[in-house]
Amino acid sequence: MSMTITEKILAAHAGVDQVEPGQLINVKVDLALGNDITAPVAIREFEKTGVETVWDRDRVVLVPDHFVPNKDIKSAEQALLIRQFARKHNLTHYYEVGRMGIEHCLLPEQGLVGPGDLVIGADSHTCTYGGLGAFSTGVGSTDLAAAMATGETWLKVPESIKFVYYGDLPRWVGGKDLILYTIGRIGVDGALYMAMEFTGPAIEKLSMDGRFTMANMAIEAGAKNGIVPPDETTRRYVEGRAKRPYKFYQSDPDARYARVYEFDVSKLEPQVAFPHLPENARPVSEAADITIDQVVIGSCTNGRLEDLREAASVLKGHKVHPNVRLIIIPGTQEIYRQILKEGLVELFIEAGAAVSTPTCGPCLGGYMGILAKGERALATTNRNFVGRMGHPESEVYLAGPAVAAASAVLGRIAAPWEVAS
Amino acid sequence: MKYRGKAWKFGNDVDTDAIIPARYLNTSDPRELAGHCMEDADPEFVQKVRPGDIIVAGKNFGCGSSREHAPISIKEAGVSCVIARSFARIFYRNAFNIGLPIFESPEAAEAIQEGDEVAVDPERGVIKNLTRNEEYKATRVPEFMQQIIDAGGLINYVSNKLKSTRR
Ligand code: SF4
Repeated sequence: MSMTITEKILAAHAGVDQVEPGQLINVKVDLALGNDITAPVAIREFEKTGVETVWDRDRVVLVPDHFVPNKDIKSAEQALLIRQFARKHNLTHYYEVGRMGIEHCLLPEQGLVGPGDLVIGADSHTCTYGGLGAFSTGVGSTDLAAAMATGETWLKVPESIKFVYYGDLPRWVGGKDLILYTIGRIGVDGALYMAMEFTGPAIEKLSMDGRFTMANMAIEAGAKNGIVPPDETTRRYVEGRAKRPYKFYQSDPDARYARVYEFDVSKLEPQVAFPHLPENARPVSEAADITIDQVVIGSCTNGRLEDLREAASVLKGHKVHPNVRLIIIPGTQEIYRQILKEGLVELFIEAGAAVSTPTCGPCLGGYMGILAKGERALATTNRNFVGRMGHPESEVYLAGPAVAAASAVLGRIAAPWEVAS
Repeated sequence: MKYRGKAWKFGNDVDTDAIIPARYLNTSDPRELAGHCMEDADPEFVQKVRPGDIIVAGKNFGCGSSREHAPISIKEAGVSCVIARSFARIFYRNAFNIGLPIFESPEAAEAIQEGDEVAVDPERGVIKNLTRNEEYKATRVPEFMQQIIDAGGLINYVSNKLKSTRR
């Protein structure tokens, strides 16, 4: 019988020929991930199982990224806990400050995830790796603990929704705009418990970085996973990078979908999501009068090389508006090195921006750019919930890197073409 | 009736940042987390809530991050269970895994008002509104999830399984 790409990956990891939506299955995981917020809880639970060593020291990945470099004593103690655990279990993939990155930028870059993999992570944006044609999903700390002990987890096979994007993407419109637009259409629970499959001519032309951005925000529609069918673009990305063998799966032409959406994106404007939900997406031209105090360009959604290059292309030759703080956070050390090489760090500093070492930082209101009461930020991050970046009475608008850079220059939410030619 | 208490009502799409803001995630101590439960949705909640009380919310409760700190803070604050129209999926898993009882019931989420005295019979999946003298049905828990609850959470479930395979 025919299956979707998500169903095929799940079936393969459950060791069966066929799965159906709704079925509860036990699956082998290829990788299990934790960070400095979720791993301490997982470690405590892991120790309760009585298991002495992790199931596979090459496949349990720990990345301290949320509050590191440690922002205070408590976060230092959490980071210490996972460092000690990583040493005790001799984990191959533990990433220390100076070699680390935001987990969802880091894992694909380091070749730890490949197409056809099944990955769980104690972080909701683990769904990012769907950009590679993998099944990946966020779980809690206890689920991570169980997987660290057994190498397995249980999942309910999700129904799939197919999204087909037609048309050529206009200049300045990218993965972030497509996903904000999509969430705007279906709502923050529009794909609850489901798989979002992103397809169509516009996706085929989208870069890997743009695909990661789209899969990253599947959780913002309540989805279990987001997935892009792997193709030549995927192959070029993983070749020479992947640390394990990988497999390309494709949905059968007659696979069953709960719903199918078709969007013509040839006239889409860059999108901005208004507070306090990602579903409040509107074209940037409807946001043009809103003044801002801070702009953040970074996060697991838009802290990749292509994002920073795009921001630079808008900022070039301009200065950050006197009323705005622009904070730029490359996703990984490798991205940092690359923007240094390309002269972008200098360009950013020249423009009046702060450039940080990789960290989640302000994305979750951790540190490095917390908003005061009444302040307003535009960020390339993924959530604009109440209090997400600081005071419960501050506001976050979400957009892609081009809008973010243009807004930093004009001191209000702005379209890229108002600044760059 | 296993769970009984006063209802505290919240709206749709209550996210994990509202349940436990990230500024408190530099700790995983359950007591400390409980002290900030629901803080960005209702800053006085922790002062008002009494042991056994019940949170009643709209759709997509617990959306956002995977932080298990969210159900932990609710449980430690003394809330006996959460009733909602629907739950975000990671929150749903986490609640079962750590032993916070949750019930999906669009009917109850709609009808129960703040301050109502509510009692839940989990075995029968029945929610009783003692103030209004009404009864609502909760969606049945899948059998596998029930096994996790019966084992006392996922870790016990996994430990038991590991022990039996080793024998
Ligand atoms: S960058 Fe933001 S969304 Fe991504 S993992 Fe870090 S805190 Fe979470």
